[in-house]
Amino acid sequence: MPGEPMPMADRTAAPAAEFDVVVVGAGPAGSSAALALARAGRSVALVERGPFPGSKNVYGGVVYGRVLDQIVPRWWEEVPVERWVVRRSTMMMTGSQSLSVDYRSEAWGEAPYNGMTTLRSHFDSWLADKATGAGAELITSTVASGLLFDVDGAVAGVRTDRPDGDLRAKVVVACDGVNSFLAKEAGLLPAAEATHHTLGVKEVLDLPREVIDERFGVRGDQGVDIEILGCTRGIPGGGFLYTNRDTVSVGVVLSLPQLAASGTRPEELVADLKAHPSIAPYLRGARLREYAAHLIPEGGYDTMPTLATDGLLVAGDAAAMTLAAGVWLEGVNFAIGSGLAAGRAADRAIARGDWSAAGLASYRQGLERQFVLADHRRLRRAPSLVLSERVQQRYPGLVCDLVEGMFTVTNPTPKAGGLRVTRRAAAKHGVKLRELAADTVRALRIFG
Amino acid sequence: MSTGPTSPSGDDRTPSPWRGISFEERMATVDFRVGERAHITVDSDVCRSCTTRECVTACPADLFAPTADGGILFNYEECFECGTCYMICNHEGAIAWTYPDGGHGVVFHHG
Repeated sequence: MPGEPMPMADRTAAPAAEFDVVVVGAGPAGSSAALALARAGRSVALVERGPFPGSKNVYGGVVYGRVLDQIVPRWWEEVPVERWVVRRSTMMMTGSQSLSVDYRSEAWGEAPYNGMTTLRSHFDSWLADKATGAGAELITSTVASGLLFDVDGAVAGVRTDRPDGDLRAKVVVACDGVNSFLAKEAGLLPAAEATHHTLGVKEVLDLPREVIDERFGVRGDQGVDIEILGCTRGIPGGGFLYTNRDTVSVGVVLSLPQLAASGTRPEELVADLKAHPSIAPYLRGARLREYAAHLIPEGGYDTMPTLATDGLLVAGDAAAMTLAAGVWLEGVNFAIGSGLAAGRAADRAIARGDWSAAGLASYRQGLERQFVLADHRRLRRAPSLVLSERVQQRYPGLVCDLVEGMFTVTNPTPKAGGLRVTRRAAAKHGVKLRELAADTVRALRIFG
Repeated sequence: MSTGPTSPSGDDRTPSPWRGISFEERMATVDFRVGERAHITVDSDVCRSCTTRECVTACPADLFAPTADGGILFNYEECFECGTCYMICNHEGAIAWTYPDGGHGVVFHHG
C-alpha cells in the first residue's frame, strides 16, 4: 500500500446508523447547520471526509465575523484568529503601475470587530467543536459517497465509505463544497461546468511577526487585506495578499474556462504578482510554507441550484453561496449564514413531520429574509460586470494612466485638464467615453 | 528566493515560471496522505483525440503530462482535490473523478 495506512484512531467510533439529520461536510456551512440542529435537540451526524475539519479547505482572505454573533456571544474572545483586519486595500495594477484605495479603521481592531484572517484548519475545527459541544456527532475521515433514497424517491440518508456503511436520516444537509457530488447526484447541479467557477491558488509564506508589522504598518494583532485587480494577464479574476500572525498569504483567483484557454500555468501568475514592484517589497525574504488550490463558485444568485428537495437541503459552496461582487468578496460568512438557516429549516420540518421539498421550503424563505439571499439578489449582476472584458483588461491600465496623467508634472508644458487626461487614457486603452459612462451607470445600478 | 523585484511584470515579461522555486519544492510544502486507490483515472484513448489539453494548463498541481504517443500521463498522489481537471475537460469520459477515501489525500494546514 503506497503511503502510510491510516491509523485506526483517525476514525471516530462507529456511529449510530440513524439520525434526525445527516450533515455532510464539516466546513463553516456544515458545522453551523449541525450546531443549529443539535441546539434544537435533534440527533445529528456531521460527516467530514478529511482527518479533521478544515483539512480540505482554503479561503482567500477575510472571515467577516458578524454572523458569528448568532452562534456564540463574544465569539472574538475564543475564535482562533490570526489577525484582525484594520486595513483593507483595493489595488488596481498594470505591470509597472498601481493605484490603491486604502481604508484603515482603528474600530475594526476592537470588539466587536469586523473581519479577521484565520487558518481554516483552526477556524473550521473551532466551529465544528461548537457543534459537537452542542451534541452533534462528528464523524471524520469518512466520505459520504452517495445518497440513499426511500421508495418514493425522497432522500433518506447517505452511503459512506466506512465499513459500517449507511447513515439513515430524515433530512440530509449537503454542505459538501464546490464539487458537491450529493447535489449533483440529486440532479441539482450540473455534473461538470467550468463556467461560473474560478480557481484560487495561494502561497502561504513565512515572515517574522515584527517584519509583517513593520512592512504592513500594523501592530499587535492588527492585520491587512489587499484585493488586487489587473494582475492576471487578462484572465478574468484578481489577486490577494493578506497577513496572518507570522505568515502572509498571497495568490490569484482565475476564471476556469479562460485559464484553461490561456496556456498560462496558475503558479506563473502567482509568481508575477509576487514579483510586482508594489507587492515584492512586502514579501522580500519570505519562504514558502504551503502551496494550496481550491475552486470557488462565483456565479452568484443566478447560478444557485434548487436549495431544497424531498429530504435534502444544500448550503455553502455546494449551493454557490460565495459572494464574488468586486468590492465585496465574502464566502465563509455566507456559508455560516446558509448553514444556520438550513439547520433551522430542517428542525422546523421535522417538528411538523413534513420534510418533503414543501416542508423544507422555509429554508429559502429564511435566506431571503437575511443577508444571504438578500445580498446575493441585490448583487446578482455584479459577477458579470466584475469579470467583464473592460473591467478586467482595460480599466486597471486606464485608471492607472489617468492618475499618472494627473500627477506627472510636465513643466514647462501646462497641466492638461481632467477631461483631456481621461480622454487620452481611454483612447490609449481602446475605451470609448460612452462605454466608460455606461459602465459607470451600470456599476452605480448594481452597487448603489 | 522567489520574491526579488527582478523585473516589472508587464505585457513584455519574459516567462520564468518558478522564479527560483522548483515545482517539486513547491509541492513538497503540502501534506498529502496518499491512499492506495487512485481517485482520479484518465482514459488516455480519449485524450489522444484532444488537441486543447486544458488539464495540462490548468491543474494547479501540474499532475497531467502529455506522453510521446499523444496520451496523458496522470499521477493522483499529489492532488489538491480541487476539481479543475474534470470541470474544464471538453471530452466526456476522459477524466473520472471522485474524492480519495476518507482521511486520505491532501491535508491543508494553512488554508
